[in-house]
Amino acid sequence: MLKQLFSVLALVASSAALAAGGPAVHLDKAPIDLHDKESLQRGAKMFQNYCLGCHQMEYQRYSRTFRDLGIPDEVGMQELAFTANKVGDFIKNAAPKADLARWFGAPPPDLTNVARVRGPDWLYTYLRSFYADPSRPFGVNNDVFPLVGMPHVLQELQGVPHKKYETRLVDGVSKEVYVGIVADETGELSAEEYDRAVADLVNYLEYTGEPSKLESHSLGIKVMIFLLIFFVLAFLLKKEYWKDVH
Amino acid sequence: MFKNFMNWIEYRMPFMEKMNLHVMQYPAPKNFNFWYFFGSLAMLVLVNQILTGIWLTMNFEPSAERAFASVEYIMRDVDYGWLLRYMHSTGASAFFVVVYLHMLRGMMYGSYQKPRELLWIFGMLIFLVLMAEAFMGYLLPWGQMSFWGAQVIISIFGVIPGIGDDLTLWIRGDYVISGATLNRFFALHVIALPLVLVILVFLHIIALHEVGSNNPDGIDVKRANDGTKIDNNVSDKFTFHEYFTKGGKKIIVDAIPFHPYYTVKDIVGVVGFLLVFCAVIFFAPEGGGYFLEAPNFEPANPMKTPDHIAPVWYFTPFYAILRAVPDQLFGAIFMFLAIIFLALLPWLDRCPVRSVRYRSTLHKLNLVNFCISFVVLGVLGVLPATPTYTLLAQIFSFTYFAFFGLLWLYSKNEKTKPLPVRLS
Amino acid sequence: MSNAPVDHGRRRFLTIATSVVGGVGAVGAAVPFIASWNPSEKAKQAGAAVTANISKLEPGQLIRVEWRGKPVWVVKRTPEMLQTLTAVESQLRDPASEDEQQPAYAKNQHRSKKPEIFVAVGICTHLGCSPTYKMNDFDAHVEGIASGFFCPCHGSTYDMAGRVFSGVPAPKNLMIPPYMFTDDSTLTIGADEGTA
Repeated sequence: MLKQLFSVLALVASSAALAAGGPAVHLDKAPIDLHDKESLQRGAKMFQNYCLGCHQMEYQRYSRTFRDLGIPDEVGMQELAFTANKVGDFIKNAAPKADLARWFGAPPPDLTNVARVRGPDWLYTYLRSFYADPSRPFGVNNDVFPLVGMPHVLQELQGVPHKKYETRLVDGVSKEVYVGIVADETGELSAEEYDRAVADLVNYLEYTGEPSKLESHSLGIKVMIFLLIFFVLAFLLKKEYWKDVH
Repeated sequence: MFKNFMNWIEYRMPFMEKMNLHVMQYPAPKNFNFWYFFGSLAMLVLVNQILTGIWLTMNFEPSAERAFASVEYIMRDVDYGWLLRYMHSTGASAFFVVVYLHMLRGMMYGSYQKPRELLWIFGMLIFLVLMAEAFMGYLLPWGQMSFWGAQVIISIFGVIPGIGDDLTLWIRGDYVISGATLNRFFALHVIALPLVLVILVFLHIIALHEVGSNNPDGIDVKRANDGTKIDNNVSDKFTFHEYFTKGGKKIIVDAIPFHPYYTVKDIVGVVGFLLVFCAVIFFAPEGGGYFLEAPNFEPANPMKTPDHIAPVWYFTPFYAILRAVPDQLFGAIFMFLAIIFLALLPWLDRCPVRSVRYRSTLHKLNLVNFCISFVVLGVLGVLPATPTYTLLAQIFSFTYFAFFGLLWLYSKNEKTKPLPVRLS
Repeated sequence: MSNAPVDHGRRRFLTIATSVVGGVGAVGAAVPFIASWNPSEKAKQAGAAVTANISKLEPGQLIRVEWRGKPVWVVKRTPEMLQTLTAVESQLRDPASEDEQQPAYAKNQHRSKKPEIFVAVGICTHLGCSPTYKMNDFDAHVEGIASGFFCPCHGSTYDMAGRVFSGVPAPKNLMIPPYMFTDDSTLTIGADEGTA
């Protein structure tokens, strides 16, 4: 009876973890590091080159990106901010919103917070899960986001990705088994370089989702140390006074 | 000079006298344990919510067009705005953690029993207002979860026969949740409900100090003086306010003044709580997706529902009961009953012994049953409603209500252990 | 209950130490509340330096440029205007610009970097109205002076270098903002070589 109860509880608890974690598709762990300024800078550049055409960052200012990523304003304005007049502008494009919605079936979502909505692992896996599918309007589909309305904008980097099948013995029967997505040789980057480039981009998106994160962590450590000292003192004080009672 | 000034004040408004009555010379039982931290912690969180809330209103813009952007403005453009916002959002969850533990304490030690029924009722009213406050506050960031969560909860009022549809329309002030809804929720969230909350907390404390604090043994510290001298009574060492000792017919046994003994003890509790609270604020402000839900980082979109809607964790036990009942109207009724029954505890529990320490094994098991039911329902409330989960929710809704029914049945003639004479 | 005597020294020490640490904590907790009142990133970006094209400025002409929500005047002074700056000095309250109302490079008779280009915040130092530019009809307010600035609110008068006349309500000369010439035709207001 108790045993059954516990197994039910365990089931419920594990499903709760699943519900909080999102979809059941296997997601690769995104190798991101907010301390890696160079990775963030490369990611910012990728965003400007490949994403900003359709997507925006409505809540992130160029000035903030430049300051946090260690890019001097003049350099940033020349190298990154093609669309901005002022360094304090938000990272927006000039694309006609209504047309975009018509072309892609839905307006391209704002990407400022996308890493907080989807999680970095989802983004990292998603951008590496496009595959050629002639039945789709843009010729590509996605394992993580089936029937996605977005074209594979990074194809010039990755090459044309195809689903790869191998003939394997499964339970004694030879079968075609899906083993993953492999790009042809037409891309500018090798498979490892492409993963690295996507990781940089996801790193940057993780940063823009919460620009205060590093500040929060360093301040948090100081606060915790302070509270620990305070706790010891308060505890000793309590012990001292309670000698009257015990 | 200073003394004269103080006397001048004291004559016109007995401030020191009231401080003595409620803090310096308030007799508190000497055996408060871990569970007695949560009252003062709830007070701390209330202050945190009011302060950070006031500061957030300085930059928040309550309109459908600007609400989401203004929260991002607070998070990105305002100096330390992110910290104030996380203190407030984490504070909301902390409030419920603390209040639920505070309520459990009351249930364990029978703190709702005579003469503390009114105290318990004030507490339940605080809980109700707190839920309304949290619900309205959650709409304000105007994210996807804000919008759709409010949509679901407001729709609950639609099940009331006859007036339901008109009522939901009236609550929203529009055919959908809109800027009008946001504005009225903002007004209620930032001033009306906090005002009610503060008044109720004041009454809660006044009611507490009138009847005195209960304690883990559930026996009175203030009792009839039959003339026998009680040895080794710590209370002899201290001065208590004459309000508690007058007449000489009552003596105070094993009590200590609230200050300094419980003030220094509560400081330890407060700092211990802050260690956990700050760890969440600085290192995991989303609380694993339970304190700040991921879809809420997307602006509200009336055209698109998120894949999975779950209320914030502190509502989920009641939400699970709502969903467990196949009929809409009865689901809503049972959800409200789940809270009403808690408020009726002082009359459902007919046992003269308060503390679980001296009550029957059956009562102990029943209390465990209540805790398990509540937690499992809470977990089920976050999950999507599959047939298995719905069945589980029905089972645990039943055991939740069974707690109250059983309590009423066995408490009349319960086999209790003998009560101690002195506090342990 | 222990019957050991209370160690008052230890008790006092711990009380004071805990109070001090608690006080430090309270001050620390106040920091975000106080700091959040500083100008936000939005306000700072809105208050960032602005540029103005001065290549088409005619002699005697005044243009207004908005900087931090305030009118900034840019005037191209004529040689006659510059000549009167010496003549009016006896009637001024602070002819040598002793008050800190200008960056160091504008603490001179013409209160500017280039003598002919005058840049000033067009807000009266009395109660914040914006004075009117009186070109060649200023002698109604100060006899014998052709041009200057006149505040319609309370009648304060300034000369062509923004210096306040004696005997008017305004206490100080007009404020000169930091500025620099990025090139011959571009004036940047709100930043100078020291800040850029």
